[in-house]
Amino acid sequence: MSKDIRIKKGLDIKLVGEANKVTAELSLGSVFAVKPDDFHGVIPKILAKEGTEVKAGEALFYNKSDERILFPSPVSGKVSEIVRGARRKVLEIKITTNGTQEYKDFGKVDVNSMSGEEVKNHLFNTGCWPFIKQRPYDVVANPNQTPKAIFVSGYNSAPLAADYDYVLSGKEAELQAALTALTKLTDGKVHVSVGSSNSPLKSMSGVEVHSVSGPHPVGNVSTQIAQVNPINKGEVVWVVAPQDLVVIGELLLTGKFNITRTVALTGSKINEPKYVTVVAGAQISDVVKDNITNDNTRIISGNVLSGLQVDENGFIGYYDNQITAIPEGDDYELFGWNKPVFNKISTSRALTFSWLNPKKKYDLNTNTNGEHRAFVVTGSYEEVFPLDIYPLQLLKACMYKDLDEMEGLGAYEIAPEDFALTEFICVSKQPHQKIIREGLDLMMKELG
Amino acid sequence: MGLKQNLHNLKEKYKGKKIAPLFNGFHTFLYLPNETTHGGTHVKAADDLKRTMNTVIMALIPCLLFGMFNAGYQHHLATGEVEKVTSFFSGNFWNLSNLWIGALKVLPLVIVSYVVGLAIEFVFCIIKGHEIEEGYLVTGMLVPLIVPVDLPLWMLAVAVAFGVVIGKEVFGGTGMNILNPALTIRAFLFFAYPTWMSGDKVWVHDAVNRAGTADAISGETMLGSLAQNLTPSYSVSDMFFGFIPGSVGETSTLLILLGALFLIFTKIGNWRIMVSAVFGALMMGYIFNTVVDAGVITESSKFYGLMSLESWKHLIIGGFAFGVVYMATDPVTASQTNKGKWIYGFLIGFVSIMIRVFNPAYPEGVMLAILLMNVFAPTIDHYVVQGNVKKRLKRLKAKTA
Repeated sequence: MSKDIRIKKGLDIKLVGEANKVTAELSLGSVFAVKPDDFHGVIPKILAKEGTEVKAGEALFYNKSDERILFPSPVSGKVSEIVRGARRKVLEIKITTNGTQEYKDFGKVDVNSMSGEEVKNHLFNTGCWPFIKQRPYDVVANPNQTPKAIFVSGYNSAPLAADYDYVLSGKEAELQAALTALTKLTDGKVHVSVGSSNSPLKSMSGVEVHSVSGPHPVGNVSTQIAQVNPINKGEVVWVVAPQDLVVIGELLLTGKFNITRTVALTGSKINEPKYVTVVAGAQISDVVKDNITNDNTRIISGNVLSGLQVDENGFIGYYDNQITAIPEGDDYELFGWNKPVFNKISTSRALTFSWLNPKKKYDLNTNTNGEHRAFVVTGSYEEVFPLDIYPLQLLKACMYKDLDEMEGLGAYEIAPEDFALTEFICVSKQPHQKIIREGLDLMMKELG
Repeated sequence: MGLKQNLHNLKEKYKGKKIAPLFNGFHTFLYLPNETTHGGTHVKAADDLKRTMNTVIMALIPCLLFGMFNAGYQHHLATGEVEKVTSFFSGNFWNLSNLWIGALKVLPLVIVSYVVGLAIEFVFCIIKGHEIEEGYLVTGMLVPLIVPVDLPLWMLAVAVAFGVVIGKEVFGGTGMNILNPALTIRAFLFFAYPTWMSGDKVWVHDAVNRAGTADAISGETMLGSLAQNLTPSYSVSDMFFGFIPGSVGETSTLLILLGALFLIFTKIGNWRIMVSAVFGALMMGYIFNTVVDAGVITESSKFYGLMSLESWKHLIIGGFAFGVVYMATDPVTASQTNKGKWIYGFLIGFVSIMIRVFNPAYPEGVMLAILLMNVFAPTIDHYVVQGNVKKRLKRLKAKTA
């Protein structure tokens, strides 16, 4: 029996600049980069030194803690620069293409006849393992553990998110192949959630399909896991994003590692919000070329809640399928703290009037709308937080580093992105996602 | 660019200096700062702590204004200059001479409360180097509303200094305190200067001065008379509208009720605490009524007056409504979990009425009840949160078994 996932608590942040459902093909850019920081907790060991010629799919580096986990180059070309930061930390591995894509051939495989171990090894060799992330801790999955279930969220409820129903259409064969491969990796079930009856994921076989409805964060995997099969201490759940399933599927079917994504260009500073096909790691300026109003603009790889700020010379994140551009809010506002507010979102009604018109789309900027304070207000986070967890108490436990309490309060079940909404509405402007990330890192270090 | 640019330049100039928090404190009153998000979410909701606190102050303004009129009215009524009001909009109440006396007495209380309290906040912020937090904005407005109108200003100053330092700053400032600062201040006044906080002389302006003279006037609060088993001469509508002696802002249940509705509507005040406190008070009142009806307590008992009062009347006399709406709901000192808030509120109501009845020397129970429950709020939260933790352990056990 598939179980429907329905939540009431949450908040849809409606912004202007939703992508129109047209897709433009972009020519392959010239410089690409893979940023090891996109893979949280991974310490890279470089395989392809500066000057090496690589094909698309060839490994650039591996994870220091497990050398089987390879991180492939998204494009073919020459490793032109390895950018290092403080203490020689690898920040970016830049690859300059010669204008054409050459793929390393991994060979076609028949997933149905493969064993779990064979699937695993194939994913290692082809550099597809980093697509599999795990709960707890929200990091690249540890292949030595067996997950009790694998979750794929086929519905993205984040602000202005790419519509999976649109970007996945026509990819049914790849999705099915990848899902079949995933079923071999777990003793439990593979759970797939769909947001509407048009979803290409609706008709997948061998998996359990759930239809989801409700406000953001219903599309977050943690929300769905909590409703279907909550994580207990000592258990592991793996998570794969649908756009990564397409890459895995194509690799299995054709033998090519083709990490081309349909990326949504969104936000009020994008002139013509639409979808474009882009290879992961592309330079932002190539992607948004002539389509952005770049005066005092914040460019974000990802969505406005948990995306990463990038500049125009930066690169799109490895997992991201969205670029958002919104105005910076670095200006003062006369009596902004007490005058009635009509052009910003708020969950209270303290002379803020977004409750009058729940359908209105807002053009929010990056102003914090107030200064950082100690936690004062209570009870408001719970209204946008659908998990059976006390958010304030868990945040505080993370701040004072009480591992027992974090464990007891449900830190195994969450990812930083689950605290994006509480961070958004926080009156004290506390950095919730950062607090949670640091808490999870501490747990990972101390408890393994 | 004018003012905005000049202030911005000053802000940059003071950055990192000792004076910075002080300057920013005033600057952010004029302008919402130009800070942008870094890491984490790129957009933020419109509310900040200033807006939250400001909403509470807005809800308090009607009580403050009414308190001024009432201070003058009670004085003139006692001296026989005006007749008793018969309706809410009576000219005997809403007139300039009442307001004049009230403003003369109440505004200095407001000013002293803010000046002393904020000065201490500023000093602590500069010492600790953090931004000025808005907590005292509400406290500073609450304090003048919960003291007798004739309270000497130096007493108020001493109490505010005590309350802010001991009640709040030693715990780490706004957001860290255990006891409600406004009530800490009031409790300090009550224990340090009891003659100024109770009895029948302090509630009406000039009563203390005239004591023992031919023009002597007095005014007993409702609770005071009931505690002495006297029948007070006020009608239910007087009590509800607030034409009775009492602390400055606590008398008008009508305006407090409107403030409560405003706070609940804006989602700033917590309705769970207010509702459960009213329920707790009615419950305790009902129990006492039943005891009286059963004949256990008779008219000769010193508890009879308050015990026999119909339970719903407890809600409209004394500081109960004011305390429950504006002080029990202080998010820092209340329970922080929703389930905890139900328990916390209920016990405040319950204990308030219990103290009223059993403490005839000082029948205002709500202050002590809230302070008591402030102390117990973390314990309530602990058990509520443990419930969640246990649920998680149980899930694990069911799995492994």
